[in-house]
Amino acid sequence: MSSLLSIKNLGVNFDTARGSLEAVHGVDIEIPAGTSVGVVGESGSGKTVMCRAAMGLLQGSNVKRSGTVIFDGHELTAMSKEEVRNLFGSGMAMIFQDPMTALNPVRRIGSQLSEGLRVRLEMSKKDAMVRSKELLELVRIPNPTAVLNSFPYQLSGGMRQRVMIAIAIACNPKLLFADEPTTALDVTVQAQILQLLRELREDLKMSMVLVTHDLGVVAGNTDYVAVMYAGEVVEYAPTTKLFADMRMPYTEALLESIPKVDHKSGTRLAVIAGRLPNPTDRGAGCSFAPRCKYAQEKCHKEHPELKKDPDGHLYRCWYPIGVAL
Amino acid sequence: MLVSDRGGVVMAGSGTAHMRNTVDSVLTVRDLTIEFRVAKDKIVKAVSGLSFDVIRGETLAIVGESGCGKTTLARAVLQLPPPNSGEVVLDGTDLTLLPKENLRSARTSMQMIFQDPISSLDPRMTVHQLIDEPLEIWDRGTRAERDERINNLLNNVGLEPELVLNRRSYEFSGGQCQRISIARALALDPRVLICDEPVSALDVSIQAQILNLLQDMKDQFGLTMVFISHDLAVVKAVSNRVMVMYLGKICEVAPPDVLYAKPAHHYTRALLDSVPIADPTRQKKTELLQGEPPSPMNPPSGCRFRTRCHAASVRCAEHEPELQEVAPGQFVACHHPIV
Repeated sequence: MSSLLSIKNLGVNFDTARGSLEAVHGVDIEIPAGTSVGVVGESGSGKTVMCRAAMGLLQGSNVKRSGTVIFDGHELTAMSKEEVRNLFGSGMAMIFQDPMTALNPVRRIGSQLSEGLRVRLEMSKKDAMVRSKELLELVRIPNPTAVLNSFPYQLSGGMRQRVMIAIAIACNPKLLFADEPTTALDVTVQAQILQLLRELREDLKMSMVLVTHDLGVVAGNTDYVAVMYAGEVVEYAPTTKLFADMRMPYTEALLESIPKVDHKSGTRLAVIAGRLPNPTDRGAGCSFAPRCKYAQEKCHKEHPELKKDPDGHLYRCWYPIGVAL
Repeated sequence: MLVSDRGGVVMAGSGTAHMRNTVDSVLTVRDLTIEFRVAKDKIVKAVSGLSFDVIRGETLAIVGESGCGKTTLARAVLQLPPPNSGEVVLDGTDLTLLPKENLRSARTSMQMIFQDPISSLDPRMTVHQLIDEPLEIWDRGTRAERDERINNLLNNVGLEPELVLNRRSYEFSGGQCQRISIARALALDPRVLICDEPVSALDVSIQAQILNLLQDMKDQFGLTMVFISHDLAVVKAVSNRVMVMYLGKICEVAPPDVLYAKPAHHYTRALLDSVPIADPTRQKKTELLQGEPPSPMNPPSGCRFRTRCHAASVRCAEHEPELQEVAPGQFVACHHPIV
């Protein structure tokens, strides 16, 4: 299978007052065409920075990006800002976590939605409005004409996220980055938005990178999962394989901490004690070792290399679960 | 007033069959109505004739979608602002009748934890000042006694006093801020703790830590809790009784194990089906709840959920369902309950 997006050895450093902050380190991810890949991890694990770096959205003198990103045959890391920009919309698009702040509060939905169509597809104002209405219908917004003339504050969170999705898919992108698209929403609306994304992906033959902190969201919506911890991909496998046979103690801990409806009431939740390591000072060993219940001496001293099972399951652990040493 | 289809008179609400009326009730809310005037002739009916009681040592979970009136209800219990009508009885005292100064002192025994842990703490105050403020206002002990109390509280919520006392809220993560909020809420030894979506802004791993901490604090301080959430999976771990709300009314009240195993209201069923399952081999293929709740300015007649309910009939539009007991301890307001 050919890769639509191929990220190799991606690293992102921010210069801060307290020294260089390594937000993403040595990330390798392949996104095969037509698939959905979940990126899971806690706040601060580098999920969002990784996606933005892949799209070339991180700019500024304090940002250092290393490694290569190849999208659909183009090496993004070797292209100019203008050339990368030309891929936005029709090549790749992004949905952000907070639909309120991602939309311009003083412009009507219609003008924000038709902007991409007019700039990227060079549609006339009238055609763009007609297409905008179709797009709102596509994301199942009732009464699209009224919504075109509305301002973002007049819409609910779920409606705003549908508008964001409509903007993102307006120019038929090949790859959609969805950065925590449902975290700010209620469970019922989350279920609706995830179903909508599944259907659109099917209909438009779109690939997707779904960023989330919730393994429950990943389970029904992705083909592959990359688990991130402290700026690194610590496990990567097909979704069914990951849930059936996980290797990383971190993935296991993340899964156990989700409250489940079929637990008996009053069940004490399993927690991951402690916090993510300080990103300006990682230490020598495995980044997860201080919080890991299986950690041994070696884990605190040597940083584990990425290992690969014969079936392609990747993990970064000295003592992986289910592997005889 | 409405006339029910069984001939009896029903309060404009969903009935009171679920009220236990025992002497052990710490908090009793009767027929609470909260309305806001948003324009000359537009009134938002946030909570309509709602009743519930919470027994000593119990955790009542209130569950529902955004805009169903959960937060308004919690704030009205604290008289922030006072409800339009109805009673809020805390330990035998009706708070809605209290003069301002008495209400202020009565509020010390009810504390609230808010959804956004970072913005609910004053960024200019140190952790020491944040927790000391209630103790100082109510003159609880000498300086040395108060400092000792602050240290104990911080230790209780799992923070190291020496490391945090002189720092401000922006130096902490969301989970740590929520711990500070909990320490502050417990400073005055409240009897009732109202938690308004305390974990919905947190990551799953931190969420589990805070839920466990709330449970520990409840046991240690003998608290009675009201826990508000939109996520049924979250409340299962902490609650003794779950109340499902929709558009300002009660749909269903039941102990969690009953509610999750055999939900009787179609809305409860839909909420349960919305919880994502962390197992790719067990994905549900059920019909999702479509659309969003209608406007509380103009709620549907009869059963308020009928516009999104697949089991709705003519009767649902004409008569408002009243809460009735369908199993021991399980009350549902539905003409066509799931059996």
